[in-house]
Amino acid sequence: MRFAAMMRSWPLTGLACALGLACTSVPGHAESVLRVAMSAADIPDWTGAPDQGYEGYRFVGFSLYDSLTEWDLSSSTKAADIRPGLAESWAIDPADHKRWIFKLRKGVKFHDGCDWNADSAVWNFGRVMIADSPQYNVRHHAMQSWLITNIASIEKIDDYTIAVRTKIEDSLIPYEVAGYFQVSQCAVTKAHNDYAVYGQHPAGTGPYKFDKVVPHERLELVKNPDYWDHGRVPKHDRLVLLPMPEASTRAAALLAGQVDFIEAPSPDTLPRLRAAGMTIITVPYPHNWDYQLRFDRPPFNDLRVRQAANYAINRAELVEMLQGVATPGYGKFIESQPWYGHPIQYTYNPDKAKALLKEAGCLPCKFTVGISTSGSGQMQPLPMNELIKEQLDAVGFQVKLAPMDWNSLIDVFIGGSHKYPQYDAINVSLSSIEPGQGVLKSTMTRYQPPNGWNWGYFQDPAIDKLGEEALSTFDPPKRDALIAKLHETAIADAQEIFIAHDLNPRALSPKVKGFVQAQSWFQDLTPITIAP
Amino acid sequence: MWLYAARRLLMTIPIGLGVTVICFALIYLAPGDPVQSLLPPDATAKDVAELKHAYGLDKPIPVQYLIWLGHALTGNLGRSIQTNQPVLDEVTRALANTIPIAVISVILAFVIALGLGILAATRVGGILDRLATGVAVLGISVPQFWLGVILVIAFAVELGWLPATGMGSSGSEHFSWFKWSEAKYAVMPIIALTMTPLGILMRTTRSSIAEMLALDFIQTLRAKGLSNAAIVIHAIRNALPQILAMFGLQLGYLIGGSILVETVFTWPGTGFLLNKAILTRDIPLLQGTILVLAMAFVLINLVVDLLQTAVDPRIKRA
Repeated sequence: MRFAAMMRSWPLTGLACALGLACTSVPGHAESVLRVAMSAADIPDWTGAPDQGYEGYRFVGFSLYDSLTEWDLSSSTKAADIRPGLAESWAIDPADHKRWIFKLRKGVKFHDGCDWNADSAVWNFGRVMIADSPQYNVRHHAMQSWLITNIASIEKIDDYTIAVRTKIEDSLIPYEVAGYFQVSQCAVTKAHNDYAVYGQHPAGTGPYKFDKVVPHERLELVKNPDYWDHGRVPKHDRLVLLPMPEASTRAAALLAGQVDFIEAPSPDTLPRLRAAGMTIITVPYPHNWDYQLRFDRPPFNDLRVRQAANYAINRAELVEMLQGVATPGYGKFIESQPWYGHPIQYTYNPDKAKALLKEAGCLPCKFTVGISTSGSGQMQPLPMNELIKEQLDAVGFQVKLAPMDWNSLIDVFIGGSHKYPQYDAINVSLSSIEPGQGVLKSTMTRYQPPNGWNWGYFQDPAIDKLGEEALSTFDPPKRDALIAKLHETAIADAQEIFIAHDLNPRALSPKVKGFVQAQSWFQDLTPITIAP
Repeated sequence: MWLYAARRLLMTIPIGLGVTVICFALIYLAPGDPVQSLLPPDATAKDVAELKHAYGLDKPIPVQYLIWLGHALTGNLGRSIQTNQPVLDEVTRALANTIPIAVISVILAFVIALGLGILAATRVGGILDRLATGVAVLGISVPQFWLGVILVIAFAVELGWLPATGMGSSGSEHFSWFKWSEAKYAVMPIIALTMTPLGILMRTTRSSIAEMLALDFIQTLRAKGLSNAAIVIHAIRNALPQILAMFGLQLGYLIGGSILVETVFTWPGTGFLLNKAILTRDIPLLQGTILVLAMAFVLINLVVDLLQTAVDPRIKRA
């Protein structure tokens, strides 16, 4: 209808307006609005199953919804850890180590006025995991089940207590549920379990409420003044999320005053943005830009070759090329995380790299690495990989870069190295926000494809033992010590070529105050105020 | 005339079928799994298989094609994987945003090109001809993406006269061509879109008219004592079918949306939609958009053919 109306009316007056004739302007209003330019190609899903990578979780998921536990994003000086969310406390059942008890927060309401309670939690499990539940949605399953894959069932004990039964002993469940969003049962039922209809009036318990969406263009959220965490009631009235996949467009929009906050400006634009008075924020976060290796054949089934590759990387040169928006990577975790430990560090030593290759009898040491031309978390893959190739070739490797689009590389990653004999390594950067994603699922034998992300079929009995022990250790400090030891072991094994951690630059208008960039993939926008 | 139109209309059916086969096949020739962009990188192979099954993407490709074609013939282009919205709605919405800027751009280009082309053709080798040719070469050779960025830097960032991006201050749903505060969002996309057709149309106009002016019938007209203006009008009339053909082609290209221009300006038209569909590997959206645009292109050419026939009856006889 709008199409028809527009086609009837635009030609003459429209042309006149386009040329600047006789047109009026719209008066402004006093509402404080934070406008964010995301790097996402489209508006992430807002029905409780965010897509578009962790950007979807960061801006949409954690704005509209809460989880049983949540990330504490209040500090930029320490790595983010979890804290109580929709659950006030949790503990493993001392009599049964496959049963967690979660005490739920009382007095929390969804945006549609319905109560959050144990029934909601049980219903939400059906939404994602039980295929014959009326509320089950295959897309929600696809986007959220990987977080709670170790959960067998959720049972109600009383109105505000649930038992979470796990398939294996899993001490990391409180971390795993931190991005598993809780959706209003009332709202979905009212939409007759049709999530397209639900998307018109979605309801979570988060600090923002849904207001409106213009498909592909903008999602507008408004503050939830009744948010249960009073300290996190947004300090601005409205949050406008705009997908802008083109980095130069984001920078131009910020410089022109059309947005207040942009994700990932390209390093080339940083001097211009700084000169215009924009605030550039860079903080380490659990991101790992690395080469994952295959272990079933030469050259990387030889520890000396893996170590040589790690010694060959001049990380300082890479950081300089990136204009300082990365830090050298020596492990899967960043140093501020409790699981980093005290691993050996493969500092740049080309002579040692050459000697190791000679000792291994691998000269020239040929290998092919699958890389992407772009992609979530991949930073600037083409120039970065060119530089890494140059550095590796300089010590005796002969690297062949095999570029492909991001989706194809993800196929290779998910399929596992056995399915793709043409690659000896792949460059897929991943999050290491918690121990499961960070190290267990990429190193333990039980997580070899198709069950996890151990792409290269790595196997080390010591790591498997440490991992199993950590999963069965429910005392957090002891568990963390075991994981740190596992991390140290994986680095001693040179299980990857460790290269860099992104610093995730963001550029903010001088009007934006109060933002604390957390050491996390996720960020809390609620403290932001916008100066007039 | 009607018979000719009916014959041309019938010819669009095999063309349309060919388009459906090609766009379906092209998408499956591209590497990568179509459901992968929906899933987190950490998803397992089991998650991929379940989602493919849910969207019917696990069926043999010919079966998928026939199912899709059957639905398309009844006007059902499926639902976008990303947004779960009907593809037809998505494409219609994007077309409503692209058609105005495409039509304005191509009309602007046509008017300017006609003026410059006539000036150049009647003064071959002169300064005006060289200047006009310079403008045409510039229009053809300057990449739209680069021009878009330069326009943004100049008029949005440095001068602050025009907005850098978007379609209106509150999105396309509230956009109005009747308010300068909104309509100004279209100015730079229109300028960027105008340059290429301007160059092409100007070159076509110049060469067609110059060619006409050298023909024998023009000498005859001169011998009969017609004024220069009347002679040029005769030449334009005879050159018009060629210019119209090029006009139709350019309009078709622009309605297909310029991926580069619409991406630089975040203008939510068909090019922007195609770019999103490609980036997110949204196969139903990609197939539906390509089909609608290809058919629009075919129809525009049909209309231009008919117009050409009306302007020059010799074409119908041929």
